Amino acid sequence: MSVPDWPNTYGYNMFYFPLSQWVGGIFWEHSHRLMASLVGLMTLILTIWSHGRSGRSLLRYVILPLSILLTFLVLINAENNTLQHASITGGTGFIALFASFFWPRMKPASKLMRKLCWIALIMVIGQGLLGGLRVTLYKDEIGIIHATLAQLFLVLLVAIVFVSSKRWIGWKAASKDNHTVTNRFSWMMAALCVFVVCQLILGAFMRHEHAGLAVTGFPLAYDQYLWPPTHAEFVNQLNVDRMDHRDFNPVTALHVHVHMLHRSMALILFIAGSLFVGWTLKYLGRQHLLGRLSILWFSLLCLQAFLGVATVWSNKAADIATIHVLIGALTLALGSFMVIAARRSVFLAKEASAMRHREMPSDLIPTPEVAVAKG
Amino acid sequence: MINKITLLASLALVLGLHSAEGGDITGKVTLKGAPKAEIKLPLDPLCKRTVKSGVTPTTRFYATDASNGLADVFVYLKKVDATPTPTTSVVLDQKSCEYSPYVVGAQVGQTISVKNSDPILHNVHPTPKKAGKEFNKAQLPNGPELKFSWNKPEVFLRFKCDVHPWMFAYVALIEHSHFAVTKEDGTFTIKNVPAGEYEIEAVHRKTHPKGVGLVSKVSVTDAGGSVDFTVDITK
Repeated sequence: MSVPDWPNTYGYNMFYFPLSQWVGGIFWEHSHRLMASLVGLMTLILTIWSHGRSGRSLLRYVILPLSILLTFLVLINAENNTLQHASITGGTGFIALFASFFWPRMKPASKLMRKLCWIALIMVIGQGLLGGLRVTLYKDEIGIIHATLAQLFLVLLVAIVFVSSKRWIGWKAASKDNHTVTNRFSWMMAALCVFVVCQLILGAFMRHEHAGLAVTGFPLAYDQYLWPPTHAEFVNQLNVDRMDHRDFNPVTALHVHVHMLHRSMALILFIAGSLFVGWTLKYLGRQHLLGRLSILWFSLLCLQAFLGVATVWSNKAADIATIHVLIGALTLALGSFMVIAARRSVFLAKEASAMRHREMPSDLIPTPEVAVAKG
Repeated sequence: MINKITLLASLALVLGLHSAEGGDITGKVTLKGAPKAEIKLPLDPLCKRTVKSGVTPTTRFYATDASNGLADVFVYLKKVDATPTPTTSVVLDQKSCEYSPYVVGAQVGQTISVKNSDPILHNVHPTPKKAGKEFNKAQLPNGPELKFSWNKPEVFLRFKCDVHPWMFAYVALIEHSHFAVTKEDGTFTIKNVPAGEYEIEAVHRKTHPKGVGLVSKVSVTDAGGSVDFTVDITK
């Protein structure tokens, strides 16, 4: 935690923090905060955007009064850098008022879209608060929740992008297929996504324990084919032998177990993923969009497995470990998209079937007995 | 008669006081086994400017001399009554992007002052597990000292700087004043220990990550006492 205060940065309002001070760990943490602010701002704009022309009212009658209230509170409560804080809160209100005059007079987005946007806004605010509490309460557990919520937020954004795209309305990917196969596809992919989320939670735990790499060596783990020993003497010796300038927290037996669980689940995920791709190509074919996406998803999974191994071999080098986290997030995002796309296909296929049913003359609709006889 | 009694009483008092003062416990901690080589610190350009030319800062996990004397080992008496908290501060300095001293002892409740002698911003981040509250405070270049104190014992309480992830110091907090940290040659002296039989513990931060070290017994007379330890990393 290179920046010890929150929401300020070394006493400054974070948007006023001098560039010359962005050194060492401060650069990464401060950049993280600014990026988070940008994501928050964009989510707010998206939410207002989803209300179409009513966005003008939101800007004038919600954002502006909130900004005035915040500015007032800053002016009477802030202990230092009052003008910095007031310029940001007041400036936001001014921009909201200005934008309200030019806000497009378009139709509001669908109810589903508006709902998703509001959930995203609540999530991003919650995420910001969790980040702040992580700094002020010094709780690593909050960091784990913060990291996991970030992944779920990404999944939600994927859903928003898909729902708001033109393809959502005219999604045809599998509407002509046997929707039973697509239905199975969606549930299998959803199960794999849950698995990926579990992996990401384990990864977040491993990072936020600040204990470095608990198990070195791959494919063997401390010269063991399966599970390394975790008795006190062995774990103590690990800490004695470990030399790293970051002087991590001591490794414990729990860290070793979690690390090995992460490896084991990666192996299970790899096997399950390869079986899943095989099944998809057999039943949907290589030309099918979901078939092609499955190959892409499995390629990401392979890359992720390789990066996991590289993370171990490099003694958890920061750049490799970061790419490992990034590819993990992309794997989840793509997998989630495939689930939503497949569910949409099933929905549309069922709807089309029901519509055909409704349009068909009643005497041509097979009775249950006839349907059973036809198999 | 009264003069004789007064004389005897005075003599007894002097002897008693002398006995209560006791002596010094001296000894040496030796490292058995060859640890891995220390690692060069990946200093950033700003920190490099603060280091004297020709000096290559490294980690300080196993600081030994030619005779394998092990420095930075905290040696203290166990099961000893608490002593009054000193009014003086223990000082940690941040110099050339490293904490100095690396290991230091202090009493619970004693003020620990952290200085920043660098022309660089640091954050002072003590991370106690048992002693009490965690802090994380910014310290400007040559800024005023930051003062901390905790009311529960902890061996070792870690201080770190997150801006420079190689910067650490360890404070051993206990309830009395009978402790010492081994010097560069591995020797230590615990001063003014009352005569008696004691349990004494030597804890090395790297070898004893849980803060439980080597325990021995020492007999202290008016001439003092002596005890040596061997930290074995070959097991």
